[in-house]
Amino acid sequence: MSTLIYTESTLQPDAAIYRHVIPAGDYWIHRIEAGQTLRIVDLEGNQAADTLFYRADDFTERYSAQDTIREQGSIYLTTGTKLMSNEGRPMLTITADTCGRHDTLGGACSCESNTMRYGHKTRHMHACRQSFLLALATWPDSNFDLSKRDLPPNINFFMNVPVTPDGGLKFEDGVSAGGKYVEMRAEMDVVALISNCPQLNNPCNGWNPTPVEVLIWST
Amino acid sequence: MPLLTPPAPTGTSFTTARPEGPPPMPPATIPEERVVLEEVIPGGSALSFELKRGHALRLTALERGANVSFVCYNRHDFLDRYNMPDTLKGQHTSKLTTGFILMSDMGRAMLSITGDTLGWHDALGGHDTAEIVRKKWGEKNYQTARNEFHRNSRDHFLIELAKWGLGRRDLVPNVNFFSKVSADDEGRLHFQPDHAKAGDFVDLRAEMDLLVILTTCHHPQDTAPAYGPKPVKLQIWRADPPAADDYCRTYRPENERAFYNAEVSQRLGSW
Repeated sequence: MSTLIYTESTLQPDAAIYRHVIPAGDYWIHRIEAGQTLRIVDLEGNQAADTLFYRADDFTERYSAQDTIREQGSIYLTTGTKLMSNEGRPMLTITADTCGRHDTLGGACSCESNTMRYGHKTRHMHACRQSFLLALATWPDSNFDLSKRDLPPNINFFMNVPVTPDGGLKFEDGVSAGGKYVEMRAEMDVVALISNCPQLNNPCNGWNPTPVEVLIWST
Repeated sequence: MPLLTPPAPTGTSFTTARPEGPPPMPPATIPEERVVLEEVIPGGSALSFELKRGHALRLTALERGANVSFVCYNRHDFLDRYNMPDTLKGQHTSKLTTGFILMSDMGRAMLSITGDTLGWHDALGGHDTAEIVRKKWGEKNYQTARNEFHRNSRDHFLIELAKWGLGRRDLVPNVNFFSKVSADDEGRLHFQPDHAKAGDFVDLRAEMDLLVILTTCHHPQDTAPAYGPKPVKLQIWRADPPAADDYCRTYRPENERAFYNAEVSQRLGSW
């Protein structure tokens, strides 16, 4: 495998203005001001944190996986990656990463895709899209009613889905571990949406969905 | 009509290997009596159209280095749309060729790749924008260049989406037919120049009624020294419905279930 580069943060958790632990299967939706820093901590290791960002004052501008990949010319997210919007603007920049690699090709699980991937007996298991939709449906501060139309392909922090040079896709053991984190600075006012993935049908959560923690520091 | 029953469990791509041997080769020419529509799309242009279940689309590169940036939607529900992550992770692939299907975000088969002379189409690279074109090949507007003005996929996608009442919320990650971008061990993407030769084609059979939007603009990572997108021939033709042992339907266990999900949608919606 390629070399993973780890970058530690100098920010101290004691100085965070906000901290919250997201239980497995739950969601978190929160405004982050430009200049603030968000850290997501993989508390117990190999937990996929499905993440989306929206421009706070206009939800038609949102995180774009293809713009992000295209802009940096590579598929994995790590320190230095600019998380780009569909308008080609940087929304956040990853400033620290002790995991080394994050995915933006794998998307979120859903009841519907679960029937395709694992069979119809999985139709009624909990899935990220359920959390995403509930978060969007109940968020009071968007400029229009949000729906599935507003779910573009997301980031999966702490997930390892390598692409092979011959066009394959692998589902490897995670490279994350308990305590690993990824940190990013907001370049514009955004609303962050995280689904702490409940998937039990594949190893993306190490077969055991666990909590993740979010912290925010001011500028 | 028989009761809709989900397919019996047949495993997943985690447990089931791909079929061995070469894929079936499509006929070099489509029988004339099957062809419904045939058009040449000049390089740098776009088209949006309905493609209904039972019809197929053949795209033929007319010159080497062609590219087709492509998205599609359920004609009867535009929120049911081509989904790159579900398509790739469902079939355990990062490239598209014969056997693979384009899936919607509702777990439904949209298009089957029933024939392909290339062996690799790009699902990762995205599409080019005005800024990308300008940075690579400079500015050329209508005032000075008339219809040779520089065009890009982003503008075309937004224009075509707007013709159907759709907008920026609806532009999803696209496929690039005729292009190859491969990832090295570090995850860096490398564009293969002139991947498609004149005469290369890909066949896409519709498994549901679709809205197709495609452009013939450059791939965003195209390294060509000058602006010059290539023309593509488009043929819409009547395909045979997929049999129970259809190559694409059975290529991956996931595909069978995606076909079933599309069938349910069609039967409940009575279209």
